[in-house]
Amino acid sequence: MSFSPSSNVIYSKIWQEEPEPDNVFATQKAYCCGYDVYGEMLGQARWVEMLYLLFRLEPPTLIQANMLEALAVALANPGPRDTSVHAAMCGGVGGSPAAACLMAALGVGAGELSGGREIFFAMDGWRICGTDLQAWNEWFHSTKVMPGSIWPAPEHAPGYDPHGVKTAGIVKSTLMSLAAYKVGGYLPWLEQNYIDLEVYAGCPLNLSGVAAAAFSDLGFTPDQGEMLYLLLRLPGAAAHALEQRDYGHKKFPFGKIELEEKDLEGEDV
Amino acid sequence: MSTFQKGPKFLQEHIGVVKSRMGACFGGNHTIFRGHNLHTELKNMSWMELYMFGITGRRFSLEQLRLLEAMWTYTSYPDARIWNNRIAGLAGSSRSTGSLGIASALAVSEGSIYGCSICFRAITFFIHASDQLKKEKTLEESVCSELQLHRNIAGYGRPLLNKDERNVHILALAKDLGLDQGSYLNLALEIDNFLLTSRRRMRINYAGLISALCADMGLLPQELYLFTFPIFLAGMLPCFIEASSKPEGVLFPTSCADIAYEGHSHRSWLPTIIY
Repeated sequence: MSFSPSSNVIYSKIWQEEPEPDNVFATQKAYCCGYDVYGEMLGQARWVEMLYLLFRLEPPTLIQANMLEALAVALANPGPRDTSVHAAMCGGVGGSPAAACLMAALGVGAGELSGGREIFFAMDGWRICGTDLQAWNEWFHSTKVMPGSIWPAPEHAPGYDPHGVKTAGIVKSTLMSLAAYKVGGYLPWLEQNYIDLEVYAGCPLNLSGVAAAAFSDLGFTPDQGEMLYLLLRLPGAAAHALEQRDYGHKKFPFGKIELEEKDLEGEDV
Repeated sequence: MSTFQKGPKFLQEHIGVVKSRMGACFGGNHTIFRGHNLHTELKNMSWMELYMFGITGRRFSLEQLRLLEAMWTYTSYPDARIWNNRIAGLAGSSRSTGSLGIASALAVSEGSIYGCSICFRAITFFIHASDQLKKEKTLEESVCSELQLHRNIAGYGRPLLNKDERNVHILALAKDLGLDQGSYLNLALEIDNFLLTSRRRMRINYAGLISALCADMGLLPQELYLFTFPIFLAGMLPCFIEASSKPEGVLFPTSCADIAYEGHSHRSWLPTIIY
């Protein structure tokens, strides 16, 4: 395969680097969307402001940064019952490399059950339905995956808990806390209408549903929200992987297995 | 320290160009794989033969390739309880994609107490011990120095069980193929016997056996490490498929009460943020 000599150029609206005079491979100054990162931002900018800037190309307002930070705290640790953290702990107990533990958390936490893809679908729901209750009712029952997609068809309303009985306490607390920032219109509307939405969805609102509304209020696209959700849930996965490494595999659940003679359709295996 | 050239001038020479001895795709025309035309000279290679050629640049006999493939087959366990397989299963249960789940499970397979990294350490130990024996060190001295270095012997003992059910089968096949008389395998079995009679009572495990068998085929540690990368792969896919076919979220569901908390008792965060 042949490309033009300029194929080494990387185009970016995010990042610019100025080289040292004696070495084009060493950076003297780096700019993020025009801001001098190591000269002015360092020590002044918050982590969440840098995150917002990277994705939205403009700095957040104070209230946006505050809400993103609150959301980051809410998502930081899905806890050891979560499948993505469970996957990371599987890496931890076996002494797998740090990156493998995080890859496991990402790979498992990418899916449609409380995972990154669920955020993508739920944010798409906000894009399509906005604050129209009837539109949500129709959207919950619509097809969300194109034929031929690598993703399975969603088996529950994105952002809602298929195994839930009623809205969990931490979901209500997060919704109430984030809606109070009044950054956008979705979270306050969700707070007012989630009980009706749960009826249409057939199951209670989940933390992923609150996160999707929050990312939408912050102006992120579904692609950006999916990325941020994956990223912001990693701290807990990392910490629990290390914790289980210390506890050791003898204290980690292994379970028992029962071989079934029939498969799910009742056919002999 | 690396003896490679360094510095910006050297980097400058590599801007925009990949210099390779391994191969290239000349799109629409042909592809070179380690100096050979993939679609004409290598077209009849089995995937395993090509995989080993890609790693080593060497050709292997049919008997060796049969044994290498069996090494993968005999440890392909579709059991979603096993840590790396569980990740493939959890990905299916959480409705992630097959590639994400399997790739994550493969990444986790190089644990420090099982998987590919154990083979790397085991073959390194066998090669070193063999050299030491040629210098008239005793077997006991070699084993003790390895124990001092790592506090265990890679390739011996097992995290959950001591007995390894795979060993008898891979040894039987090696015998059938005439590949069970190598010096590294003999050394590995001698060490097994030594450890059995010592107070440690660790038996040789599958990683130890395949490391010795591969050393007898001339594999170097890095080559063995790369060969073992997909060793658990065939067992992972059924775990993903089965979890995907069951209702979402039912693999290893954990209740709140299943978290046995051992940390600090409840306390207030608020005083820490009042200045």
